[in-house]
Amino acid sequence: MGHEVISNTSLSPTVHRLVVSAPRIAVVRQPGQFVIVRLGPGAERIPLTIVGSDAAAGTIELVIQAVGKSTADLVAVAAGSYIDDVAGPLGQPTDLITKGTAVCLAGGVGAAVMYPIARRLSEIGVELITVVGARSSASILFEDEFRSFGDLIVCTDDGSAGRAGFVTDALADLIAAQTVDVVYAAGPVPMMRAASAVTSPRDIRTIVSLNPIMVDGTGMCGGCRVTVAGAMRFACVDGPEFDAHSVDFDELADRLTTYGAAERIAVDHVCRSAGQPVTGRHGAG
Amino acid sequence: MTTEPLTKRQRMAIGRQEMPARDAGERSGTFNEVNLGFTEQLALLEAQRCLACARPVCVEGCPVSVDIPSFVASIEAGDLAAAARALFGDNALPAVTGRVCPQEHQCEAVCVRGRKGAPVAIGHLERFVADWARGHPHDDVVTSEPSGRRVAIIGAGPGGLTAAGELARRGHDVTIYEALHLPGGVLSYGIPEFRLPNEIVDNEVDRLQALGVHIECNVVIGRTYTLDELRKSFDALFISVGAGLPMFLDIPGEGFKGVYTANEYLTRVNLMRAYAFPEADTPVLRGERVVVIGGGNVAIDAVRTARRLGARQAMIVYRRSRPEMPARVEEVHHAEQEGVTFEFQVNPVAIEGDADRWVTGLRVIATELGEPDESGRRAPRPIAGSERVIPCDAVVVAVGTRANPLLTSSSPDLALTNRGYLAADERGMTNLPGVFAGGDIVRGSATVILAMADGKRVADSIDSYLSGTPVELTAP
Repeated sequence: MGHEVISNTSLSPTVHRLVVSAPRIAVVRQPGQFVIVRLGPGAERIPLTIVGSDAAAGTIELVIQAVGKSTADLVAVAAGSYIDDVAGPLGQPTDLITKGTAVCLAGGVGAAVMYPIARRLSEIGVELITVVGARSSASILFEDEFRSFGDLIVCTDDGSAGRAGFVTDALADLIAAQTVDVVYAAGPVPMMRAASAVTSPRDIRTIVSLNPIMVDGTGMCGGCRVTVAGAMRFACVDGPEFDAHSVDFDELADRLTTYGAAERIAVDHVCRSAGQPVTGRHGAG
Repeated sequence: MTTEPLTKRQRMAIGRQEMPARDAGERSGTFNEVNLGFTEQLALLEAQRCLACARPVCVEGCPVSVDIPSFVASIEAGDLAAAARALFGDNALPAVTGRVCPQEHQCEAVCVRGRKGAPVAIGHLERFVADWARGHPHDDVVTSEPSGRRVAIIGAGPGGLTAAGELARRGHDVTIYEALHLPGGVLSYGIPEFRLPNEIVDNEVDRLQALGVHIECNVVIGRTYTLDELRKSFDALFISVGAGLPMFLDIPGEGFKGVYTANEYLTRVNLMRAYAFPEADTPVLRGERVVVIGGGNVAIDAVRTARRLGARQAMIVYRRSRPEMPARVEEVHHAEQEGVTFEFQVNPVAIEGDADRWVTGLRVIATELGEPDESGRRAPRPIAGSERVIPCDAVVVAVGTRANPLLTSSSPDLALTNRGYLAADERGMTNLPGVFAGGDIVRGSATVILAMADGKRVADSIDSYLSGTPVELTAP
């Protein structure tokens, strides 16, 4: 049993796109939802956004950035190999607008989270402006696809493509220049917090996709708790998308650091036992 | 073995046999099972203590009405195969219940021997027979012709597994859907290895699969399939998803690093094998000083787990006093032997943290016990001015669970109680025809054996429903 990896392609030095057999999920999944993936015995359960699906082929697309031991293991799975467990689709689908103007704001691998949302918005036919940010031109994800959905603004930290600077600066310019009805944002916590700060004074509805540490993904463990409008919510069942202006980003950012030391141990352990060089940051997977 | 039957006087003269256990010092560093099980000799002596009462009240004390005198008499007669047949006839998971049932509140609470001295160790004997049976597979066969009817069971915990066995034996085609990657529910993610080894659960699951039960893991009903879709493909459904949404205390600091729910803590260690990190990939914070809030079995499991993960101080904080603790007496006893400490009659008021938001302590207030509340237990009242901080670097919140709305919210027609649990009638049927429910999702947080009792009872109801036998209707 298990889920066959149909293809595994490299999108950037650390980011891979896996097409995985999951026939039922391919049929019912909606933008904004995720799966929990467990590679095999001893592996972690990792939440991953469902980037796309092909119902006829019975496959889903996952985009994985190797940031730690578990994600490095996943991007190393060769086509024709199997992933033991894929559970889903989990989480609430994105609350999509049906008319007006939407901005999709993506930082880094957050582009993978934003891709299915932008795609569906373009199918619905709303005015769509996508803003994608990356460190440099080599790590921009889905550029051609986003361009086919509507307007695209590319931002890079080093100015090697598009405008130099943060996506949130581009967002500030956008909302100063035109009417925007909703902003969907996904990326590192500081980026989502900054996006929220940009739209808050103008009271523009802003929806962020949160990525807290998760174990079961069905509401059972409470590890993914976030504070939204002063109340505890579980990202796995109540989210993962929430009203940005109500999210306690400080708490989210802090809780994401819980297993930093453990991740270094896991990576060291791999290096010692297998001699594989892995660059790790933290254990959010 | 004696040839003459023992007299009552002889039986009365035998004292309760002690369960052999791993040394407390040795076991507090490992996850190996604590209780080692009766030897045949101990089991025989213990079985001889049974007076074979004319009215066996122990059977009435058992939620699944195990024919206790019969299997105990078979042990005494040296016929363990007969003992196993008697036991498995009434109880689908005796190796589990022999280990985790609160016998002191059930069968053993009413045992006549307990009036003067100690009751017969029914739980230990049950475990003895079940463990013997694992090494001597008996024929567990489908007793009926295939019925051609399909039953879906949602949740592979104790209730779902029990119902699956009962229904498969009666010829129904049973599929269990499990959200996690392994079956067992709380038996897999919750109850630790030192109390219930995984191989026991694996063995029960293997037996069900040998009966023809299909188990599909990683299927989240309400998400992967809706309840309505299942109703179209199956003749009856049994919802046994558990309660499964952890409760918090709603006190400041629950977002700090180092604060776990018992569900998360135990899931990381048991299901994800974090005790073996970094060989296994899932980490868990290994606190030097761990405080567990709560007085139930889950709290005791968590605090004993903390001790095994190396905590120098592993402490239970409970707002009532010792007699009110709902945990099994044996587990509390074992915990004490292992060096777990207890703070009674203190109520948490805040979790304290440092500048980096790591837990540094639990602020508590002492309580005095007032009049009994609606649960019959004396309600704790805070004593003004008695606040203090218990230093610790991890806090595990084990104060119960509530209904998980994941399935129910995706099925708006399903009737709920005002607390979000499923409303079911005496047969276990919900307001939707053919959709049955049992265990914690109906009862609220309860025990493994009560979920199993529901599984057994509802399997009877489903069998009647499928065979068209009229059943008396009662209002939910």
